[in-house]
Amino acid sequence: MAGIELQRVSKRFGQVDAVSDLSLAIGSGEFAVFLGPSGCGKTTLLRMIAGLEDVTEGEIHIGGERVDQLAPGQRGVAMVFQHYALYPHMSVHDNMAFGLKNIGVPRDEIARKVADAARMLEIEPLLQRKPTQLSGGQKQRVAIGRAIVKEPKAFLFDEPLSNLDAALRSRTRIELARLHQQVKSTMVFVTHDQVEAMTLATRIVVMNKGKIEQVGSPMDVYRRPATKFVATFVGTPAMNVLPGELAVGSGGMAAVTLRDGSRIETAVPAAALKGPKEIEVGIRAEHVGGTGAIRAKVEVVERLGDRSLVYGRLGDGAVVTFEEAGDVALAIGDAVTLSFDPAQIHLFDAQGRAHHAT
Amino acid sequence: MMTDLAIPAAAQPARKARAASRDPEAVGRRSLWNMLFVAPFLLVFAALVLLPVALGAWLSFQDYDMLSGYHGAVGWKNYVELWNDRIFIRSVRNTVWFVCLTTPAFVIVGLFLALALNNAWRTSAVLRSVFFGSSILSVTIVTLIWRLVYMQDRGLIANLLAPLGIPAPAFITSEALALPGIAIVTGWWIIGLPMMLFLAALQQIPRELYEAAALDNAARWRTLVSVTLPAIRRTIVLVAVLEVVLQFQLFGQAHLITGGGPNNASRPIVMFIYEAGFRDWALGYAAAASQVLFVLMMGAALLQMWLGRTKAEG
Repeated sequence: MAGIELQRVSKRFGQVDAVSDLSLAIGSGEFAVFLGPSGCGKTTLLRMIAGLEDVTEGEIHIGGERVDQLAPGQRGVAMVFQHYALYPHMSVHDNMAFGLKNIGVPRDEIARKVADAARMLEIEPLLQRKPTQLSGGQKQRVAIGRAIVKEPKAFLFDEPLSNLDAALRSRTRIELARLHQQVKSTMVFVTHDQVEAMTLATRIVVMNKGKIEQVGSPMDVYRRPATKFVATFVGTPAMNVLPGELAVGSGGMAAVTLRDGSRIETAVPAAALKGPKEIEVGIRAEHVGGTGAIRAKVEVVERLGDRSLVYGRLGDGAVVTFEEAGDVALAIGDAVTLSFDPAQIHLFDAQGRAHHAT
Repeated sequence: MMTDLAIPAAAQPARKARAASRDPEAVGRRSLWNMLFVAPFLLVFAALVLLPVALGAWLSFQDYDMLSGYHGAVGWKNYVELWNDRIFIRSVRNTVWFVCLTTPAFVIVGLFLALALNNAWRTSAVLRSVFFGSSILSVTIVTLIWRLVYMQDRGLIANLLAPLGIPAPAFITSEALALPGIAIVTGWWIIGLPMMLFLAALQQIPRELYEAAALDNAARWRTLVSVTLPAIRRTIVLVAVLEVVLQFQLFGQAHLITGGGPNNASRPIVMFIYEAGFRDWALGYAAAASQVLFVLMMGAALLQMWLGRTKAEG
């Protein structure tokens, strides 16, 4: 078990900066999730930790030892690949034993480790099968088993659930969380799926365009997004973001006049907001109330069973999503009035930085 | 109340079509129509492959001398004569030896070149073209070039070895070196095809497998043996079978470089067949020799495939 430290790490592919000047410390035993859209550099970063990509600049340390000059096998990490990467001609047993054989682990110790891992992952009956005889979920377990037997300092997961169907993905997610509890190793998990990030991570690293946008606990990232990008990327439905103009509110707090003319009081200190008056208001659907001064017309009602998501259009054409009860009696074309909970409003300045209620 | 089971008019044609598809007569008619599409191929295949093969087999049991005329069926006489023909036995030995010399070389050297050139470097792209380039030359050009290389006194090898005081090997005039000399020429000429087949196979191996092997501490040799070779096993068998079939048919190089000599040391079966059929005009005898070659090629190819399969199952 060991922590991972990235110091001013950069990766360039020709003229393209995949990762630029990134520093991050992942604590020992932590479950860190790199979350971001396609092309944000999260997989590149993981591959740099694994040693599958060279580091253009910067240093990587695992367990206090500098590893960025070491070969992948010497870094003490194990990786679970997106497409499993099981050796197709080897049995499940041989797939799991391959890495141990290569470092000269005695035969009986290999047998014991493989048996232990197989028992933990409930794949004992599959040990003599070839990967082609396994289902996607079974392959995934074998790939995880191959990582476990090595007893690595850190586990690296590259979107390992993306090839599974929805039900299996949800089950495997829970199993991964359980596995983390059992082995208590450092785990780094790459995904573009925020549900995976929210449910698995002890800490989420939100990335965009090769840079870190925010590092924090799942609820911290959800409740207090550091930037407009994080606010709109994390959470389903995405946070409502409405343009407006900064006004003077009561008690030293900021107020905003939306484009449709409605005025919103916030609990964000006005002192923190300097610069141009143009500002954006962010509010999650669950924090939009059903009665207030903001007029909207219902355009779409999505009924999800336990709740409904309603899409209302404001007078200036902006769309606000809000939550209602599952059986709410709203129909398309209905006129509604909305209110925003001041304590849950976020304001985004021209640079996209977030300002939260105190 | 009775339930109305009437079928809507729009659904009826589909229902009729389904019923027709189960009608044996309709199935038969459709099969005949389908046969028409493959008929052109079948006709050409029958005319150019099946008929000559059958005729060849028939001819091998006839005494058909183009000079003295047709003398009817002779049973196994041609085969018995072949068995006692020292030149034929020598040509069989020569051909088998040539296949043994070239096929492993094509597999090993072709694979080595493919492994060395399986990258995106510009130099590798140029070298791939260079190695494949010789394959497009005709046998006449190739043998002309290599005769110049092998010339005992003024050839390229002689010139290279002269400063070292070493005499040039007599690839054309030595009984022991004639066939290896032809094997070298053949390797130089068509190594491009196995190389390309191996390159295509190597590029099908997912990169993730190599990355997993790197994380599993597999050294280069271990990766080659445990990841690469099993992944391209089918291509190795394909190249081996292709080369066995091709090299059993050695003719042009031997005909143009050594003329089968010295003392029949490089006379292959095809050359024997050619001479028996078109120099001595003994068509029945030549056809019998062809059947022996066919059986040898078939046996060797089947053995290769069986070995490939056994290894995979093991």
